[in-house]
Amino acid sequence: MAVADIAEIRRTKALQERAENRTLTRLTIGPSPWARAGALAALVVLAGAWLVPVVWGAVTSFKHEAEAALPASLLPTMGWTLDAYEKVLGNSDLLLWMWNSLLVALLVTALTVLISAMAAFAFSQTVFKGRALMQWLTLAAIMMPGQILIVPLFREMQVLGLVDTVAGIVLPQVVAPVMVFILKRFFDAIPQELLDAARIDGAGSWRLFWTIVLPLSRSILVAVAIFVFIGAWNNFLWPFIITTDPQFMTLPVGLSTVKDAYGVQYAQNMASAMIAALPLLIVFMLFQRRIVQGVATTGMGGQ
Amino acid sequence: MTVSNTGVTAPAGPALPDRGTPAERPGARAATSRKSMRERDRSGYLFVAPFAVATGLFLVVPTLYGLWMSFTNQSLTGAGSEFIGFANYLEAFSDPQVWQTLWHTVWFTILSTVPLVLVALVMALLVHTGLPGQWVWRMSFFAPYLLTSAVVWHLSNWMFQPDIGLLDTWITGLGLDPLGWLTDENVAMFSIAGVTVWWTVGFNFLLYLAALQGIPAQQYEAATIDGAGGWRRLFSITLPQLRTITGVIVVLQLLASLKVFDQIYMLTAGGPNGSTRPILEYIYDTGFTNYRLGYASAISYVFFALILVFTLVRLLPARKEA
Repeated sequence: MAVADIAEIRRTKALQERAENRTLTRLTIGPSPWARAGALAALVVLAGAWLVPVVWGAVTSFKHEAEAALPASLLPTMGWTLDAYEKVLGNSDLLLWMWNSLLVALLVTALTVLISAMAAFAFSQTVFKGRALMQWLTLAAIMMPGQILIVPLFREMQVLGLVDTVAGIVLPQVVAPVMVFILKRFFDAIPQELLDAARIDGAGSWRLFWTIVLPLSRSILVAVAIFVFIGAWNNFLWPFIITTDPQFMTLPVGLSTVKDAYGVQYAQNMASAMIAALPLLIVFMLFQRRIVQGVATTGMGGQ
Repeated sequence: MTVSNTGVTAPAGPALPDRGTPAERPGARAATSRKSMRERDRSGYLFVAPFAVATGLFLVVPTLYGLWMSFTNQSLTGAGSEFIGFANYLEAFSDPQVWQTLWHTVWFTILSTVPLVLVALVMALLVHTGLPGQWVWRMSFFAPYLLTSAVVWHLSNWMFQPDIGLLDTWITGLGLDPLGWLTDENVAMFSIAGVTVWWTVGFNFLLYLAALQGIPAQQYEAATIDGAGGWRRLFSITLPQLRTITGVIVVLQLLASLKVFDQIYMLTAGGPNGSTRPILEYIYDTGFTNYRLGYASAISYVFFALILVFTLVRLLPARKEA
């Protein structure tokens, strides 16, 4: 497709969206310009309030350390500087922790999506003895909050020799019974005729799963993956308990230990916060629509 | 099935229209042939095996192991694991720390849940007006949710700094006395709840927004023709339609708030004077700082009983509909 065509499609889409939004405005607040101005003002105030901490942190990160410790002036008066970033990137394990977090989050996401999809396929499209019982157990497992298991789970990991290992951080996080049910509900809606036709053609379950069920479920798989990834990237409690060696710490855990290391180096603290926040914010800006949709569909836990 | 009932949100994407359960569909032939096709298929075990093994190892085993531990005096140092009956539970029920930290958790849950639902609702209603700048509004409200707890801690700790922090600067600018945001026993929990609202409200906002998008436009059209104004439409169409989702969001939020740990541990470490310490931190302290694994397990199960009540409340309405 030519670039001009894509631009044209984009423009039409944008126009369409604008028209939809205008209709929405007419339907929800009506034609009064005062009502519109009021709603817009409320939005500006709320969004402003929500952005203040991030903007304030960002500005501080570009200040000289000496100025950061002075009573607040919004913009730097001693000039902008990258000092804090240089120091943080040079002296701390920040990049190592980010790498650990990325590795852990990717492994958790891949494993969770794979084993949940397989289990959902088994519950939805195959018959085996004990299926009902297993489904019931999975349902019960949803009610078990992982947080209360930290003590026995840590003990178990000690026995298995998985303390301070990537496997130790990742494996307990891949059990996601809620996701199994979200996926099962989606697999249930796949037209049965399609699967039967493939079976008649001699396709085994494994082929069915990989060549029909998974490709048809791309949208829900992406939604589940996004949700799991955000959760794993931000998870604090379990990685905090299972790691003691800074070399294996994930970003949230490592970053939570830097207070004492830096003392009251506010500019440096803000610089590390900014670097840590950046990856997910960039991903969000790129895939906003998918992420919004993914969180909204999976967030309800299949309710 | 409680969890997989047809609910408020449809599966994402247009790839597959929700066609209801297979049995309801036209073409009943499919149902019979499906059964026979499936019965030949014994591969279910293989597909469910990885999930079953993981669940067994990392959920069932620790659950049972923890239950057993709670009846012993096991210690992290490895010493002692004698069966001591209900001694840990008796101690837990008479331990003022358990009740105090449990109350902190409940107090935080109340303080955070109310604004986390109401603010999210207001945000979603405002964004759903379709006013220009959709991208900016969504980004501003949801972005904090993507920050990891340690970043939230750094940012808010900096806002809360005595004298040089932004909040104190503003407050003194208004001629008021600076507040001990995290150091005053009467203020700290409110500060933590405030941070939590800022951090996680975007999630509930998205759930509300998705629900709002599901309200049919015809209803608004009809109401407009009948002469209903903007407020009238809000109160007689929009809000009643949001009743179900609000129930779901409230219960999900209660469950999430009860598990509070990260932000409190980082912002105040349970202080000042233990006035914000949640039950999860007490469990952590008992198990990993005082090495009393058996006792920590017992407190975990007391806490679990509380969570279970809320979980069952969550599942009940779903069962009624099914």
